[in-house]
Amino acid sequence: MSEKTALTLTINGKDHAISVEPRRTLADAIREDCGQTGTHIGCEHGVCGACTVIVDDAPVRSCLMFAVQAEGKKIRTVEGLADGDTLHPMQQAFMDNHGLQCGFCTPGFLMLAVGVLEREPDISDEDLIDVLSSNLCRCTGYQNIIKSVRAAAQEMRK
Amino acid sequence: MKPAPFVRHVPRSLDEALKILADVAGDDGRILAGGQSLVPIMAFRLAKPAHLVDINEVEGLDKIADDGKALTIGARVRHAAFHKPVTGNPLGALLAYVARHIAHYPIRMRGTFCGSLAHADPSSEWCLTAATLDAVMVAKSINGTREIKAAEFFDGIMSTHLKEDELLAEVRLPLLPADARFGFYEFSRRAGDFAMSASLVTYRLDGGKIVDARVGLGGAEASPRRIPEAEAELNGKAAGDAAFRAAGEAASRAIEPLVDHQTDADYRRDLVRVVVRRALEHSLT
Repeated sequence: MSEKTALTLTINGKDHAISVEPRRTLADAIREDCGQTGTHIGCEHGVCGACTVIVDDAPVRSCLMFAVQAEGKKIRTVEGLADGDTLHPMQQAFMDNHGLQCGFCTPGFLMLAVGVLEREPDISDEDLIDVLSSNLCRCTGYQNIIKSVRAAAQEMRK
Repeated sequence: MKPAPFVRHVPRSLDEALKILADVAGDDGRILAGGQSLVPIMAFRLAKPAHLVDINEVEGLDKIADDGKALTIGARVRHAAFHKPVTGNPLGALLAYVARHIAHYPIRMRGTFCGSLAHADPSSEWCLTAATLDAVMVAKSINGTREIKAAEFFDGIMSTHLKEDELLAEVRLPLLPADARFGFYEFSRRAGDFAMSASLVTYRLDGGKIVDARVGLGGAEASPRRIPEAEAELNGKAAGDAAFRAAGEAASRAIEPLVDHQTDADYRRDLVRVVVRRALEHSLT
């Protein structure tokens, strides 16, 4: 009853031809079928935000979408942020401001913050805090993540 | 933590969606819209639908229309569509304010207004909004179109009077009077978490006195609803602390509180007293 479907996922501009069951989440497909393991999986039910990716310019939980729903859409993951050896301003800001410790939640935070700032470059500091409440981090206490994203926001507005 | 197998159907038109739904409804078929509630429930295997009718590719379901009387919201209008006011009527500002309290930003990118209503979580902000403003639900099936008033739509925790072959095709929210005021407050343990109680209020001022008061309450009972006892404490009174407290007290007395492992009835009544008062206080800011 649940046969595999052949589809193509476009991740960071590269096409991946895969074959998955409809129940395969986008998060699992990105990692297991496309081999892009920068996207992490935490809770698998939309609470932790570790699996956040950008689908057609919207930051979304990839564990709450099925891979078959992402066919034909532009998927961006943490692997696509840097330009060669040059880090994305968001990645650089996380380094400069100690925005990570163990790093498990970091790809999700990066994609969340980049996704929101690309949509709303002039978002207020207060609203940014609300946005960052979307994802869980058990190391940093969030303050350095907030600092990092604010620094990157200034950089991205230039 | 992986959903059980299902067959996915991808209709391109509303007619096609209704036809497929009619075929699979009896065989545990469900609508998949934003998936932000359904997919977690499937991950926990609390729901194992055999068929999902995915309406994300259906043309025309993402429309919002203001015809001067009501705001009509299509089946796949996502929460984020309300981040900025969708109408110059005070309803636009109300919806924008309430929307910010729904889960988190990435969830709001996918989750839908109508999906929230069909899911009918007692703590849902949109269910509270629909109940407070006396929304009209437009249900469609291959047998035709049916309009259901909000007061007759909800049927307890995560349950509605939608039939299994009906799609909640659109919801109509009456526009507010131009001088309407609104207030909203919700209490949850963490930002973005489910509301343990929430209240939405609207009213007008006539010569300094409250008229047309609506006091909606969510998260406190099995379904959101207006609380007439609280509204009676407001109508004809000056907008201020005395009336606001009286309304909170009246709501607190009027409810049949939801009880769960972390919340007993007394605690829920206390919360209701506070969220109604704070929603009213918010209306003055």
